[in-house]
Amino acid sequence: MNQLAIDLGAVLAAASPLIFATMGALLSERSGVINLSLDGTIMLGAMGGFTVALVTSSVPLGFGAAALIGAAIALILCILSLTLGQSQTAVGFVLALLGIELSSFLGAPVVRVPGPSVPFLPIPLLADLPIVGVIFFRHNLLIYLSFLLVPFIWWMLFHTRMGLTVRALGERPAAAFARGVPVTRMRYLMCILGGALVGIAGAAYSLDLRQGWSYRHTFGMGWIALAIVIFGGWRPWRVAFGCYLFAALEIVALRSQRTMAGVPTQVFQVAPFVLMILVLALVNLVSSPQALRRIASLPPILRGPVAMLVSRLAVAAPAALGQRFERP
Amino acid sequence: MQIQDAGGQLTSRTTYRLADLADYLARLVLPFLGALVLTTVVLLTVDVAPLDAYRILLFGAFSTPIRFGDMVMLASPLILCAGGLTLTFAAGLYNLGIEGQVVLGAIAAMIPLRLFPDLPPPLLWMISFAFGAAGGMIWALLAASLRLGAGVNEIFAGLGLNFLASGIALYLILGPWRREGSASSSGTALLPRELWLPTVGSLRLAPLAPIIALVSLVIVWWVLSRMRWGLEVRAVGLNGAAADRLGVPAVKRMAQAMAGCGLLAGLAGTLQVLGVFHQLIPNISSGVGLIGLLVVLLVLARPIWVLPVAVVFATFTVGSVQLPLTLGIDSSIAGVLQGALVLAALVSRGLMQRRRRA
Repeated sequence: MNQLAIDLGAVLAAASPLIFATMGALLSERSGVINLSLDGTIMLGAMGGFTVALVTSSVPLGFGAAALIGAAIALILCILSLTLGQSQTAVGFVLALLGIELSSFLGAPVVRVPGPSVPFLPIPLLADLPIVGVIFFRHNLLIYLSFLLVPFIWWMLFHTRMGLTVRALGERPAAAFARGVPVTRMRYLMCILGGALVGIAGAAYSLDLRQGWSYRHTFGMGWIALAIVIFGGWRPWRVAFGCYLFAALEIVALRSQRTMAGVPTQVFQVAPFVLMILVLALVNLVSSPQALRRIASLPPILRGPVAMLVSRLAVAAPAALGQRFERP
Repeated sequence: MQIQDAGGQLTSRTTYRLADLADYLARLVLPFLGALVLTTVVLLTVDVAPLDAYRILLFGAFSTPIRFGDMVMLASPLILCAGGLTLTFAAGLYNLGIEGQVVLGAIAAMIPLRLFPDLPPPLLWMISFAFGAAGGMIWALLAASLRLGAGVNEIFAGLGLNFLASGIALYLILGPWRREGSASSSGTALLPRELWLPTVGSLRLAPLAPIIALVSLVIVWWVLSRMRWGLEVRAVGLNGAAADRLGVPAVKRMAQAMAGCGLLAGLAGTLQVLGVFHQLIPNISSGVGLIGLLVVLLVLARPIWVLPVAVVFATFTVGSVQLPLTLGIDSSIAGVLQGALVLAALVSRGLMQRRRRA
């Protein structure tokens, strides 16, 4: 039982960078801007955050630098796509590659240099609770913040006026514009805030989960984060579930290297991507017109639950995601 | 009155022409300037004399015959990938799955090499290229059917399939295809010498590689700009729904463009196996697919421009290999320069469009 609690605690900790990255991407995508540069942003945030923390020997400054890097990359994306009208996909892709190469180039001097990290901070009293304490309260500040971030983003998106505006930007920007919302400016803001969170995710790797910097230190995590946002249907709780699921898979993979010698670990490494593709395909197939017609012809007892299941499963992307907005 | 009109017209026409010329120059010069500024700033932050670095990046690949050969062997698969991507780009698709298509091409190309190593090499090469092309094509069609059949965005389908492909490669290298004795993640056993593509003298340059790349590029150019099929693909790329209503089978054309791109990526993967690495390694594509995507973002759907841009990009990459030894800096500055070029091109494209609208 205690081992299970320790494992669950490890899963929560391992998912924390992904939580920051996916919540950042979620914020940006909900407002209609797809930030495809995630992989480069995380990499550069990890490198920059670690270097700054190393030079100043201040972990908070490292996180600040990473957030600034993420925000700056998002700003470039916004200028090029929202103001200069270039494809968000193209710009995001180039920024991803550029970020990766820059991190390799600029990070070369700090490869495998030992540096500072986020200090362990068990919460007094609560940490001593049986099981619950082990799972939730023996972490560091960063991981506690990741716990709070998901409900905060959910509350912000679905229970505040601001969130309503953000969702309108992603679904019907023209309607938001007619109501006096400065569409482009708000998209800039959301994308930059999201970018800062993604940058913090990078520093969460280099200053906490995988301390230090090495060549392509966070390889592939940005693409995984983008995949998890889709897997989670752009809903904070479901996206967070995706992050924890992925972290659990990673830990199982680590364990299986010792216990299940027969199963190649590559299976676990590619599993999230295969899962993402399957979920996306399934969601699109069950929500297709033919499938809906077939559901309508089911016997009444089945129809209700099946229809509910489909409507739960099938979440469409924000309608205006990645599209340009022209002032009417 | 009349004279004034004529005069007015004349001046407006000449200014229009001047603006055109300025546009054209700006489109060529601005990206280079922008990329130079960005890369120079990066170089200065690590205390390197930028001119020394540029000299190696630009001319290093031409300093010795060996390096020139390496450049050609990198440019060849790059031309294949970028040429293939002009097809999908024309069809309005972002084929981010091209890396996986290269990897699958390489894996498929290995199959006949492992099964029938006793066949005469030329025949075996032909079978291997056919397998490689088919492997890349199947992987591309998988992404295409996910997009066209199940509505999964081709970017994410492609990305997922990239990771799946490298997972398969790693599995084969560590599992069924591991080398005799100890399994090593560095790659499968080297192919027997007689199966390597013949090279010029002691160089690593196999003349067949650039020949295949150039012939393929000419075919792509012909198909895309001289055949009705290419026109239809472009129409689908500009407006799929409109093309569909005008009787162009849009879904079919998109799938065909993807298949064509996958085929060429598969050939690139085969070249990596037969001509470059002579084994299957985890990073068998060495990123040519991703660099190909950068190339195609620069040249858009114009295959003619693939050749010079791919050669320039390959020059940077091969030149950069000497940087760690001579200047003590990381070779990834080549990637920075390539990315900066495309980013600056996007900026200048955006500025042009804005000015034209204003």
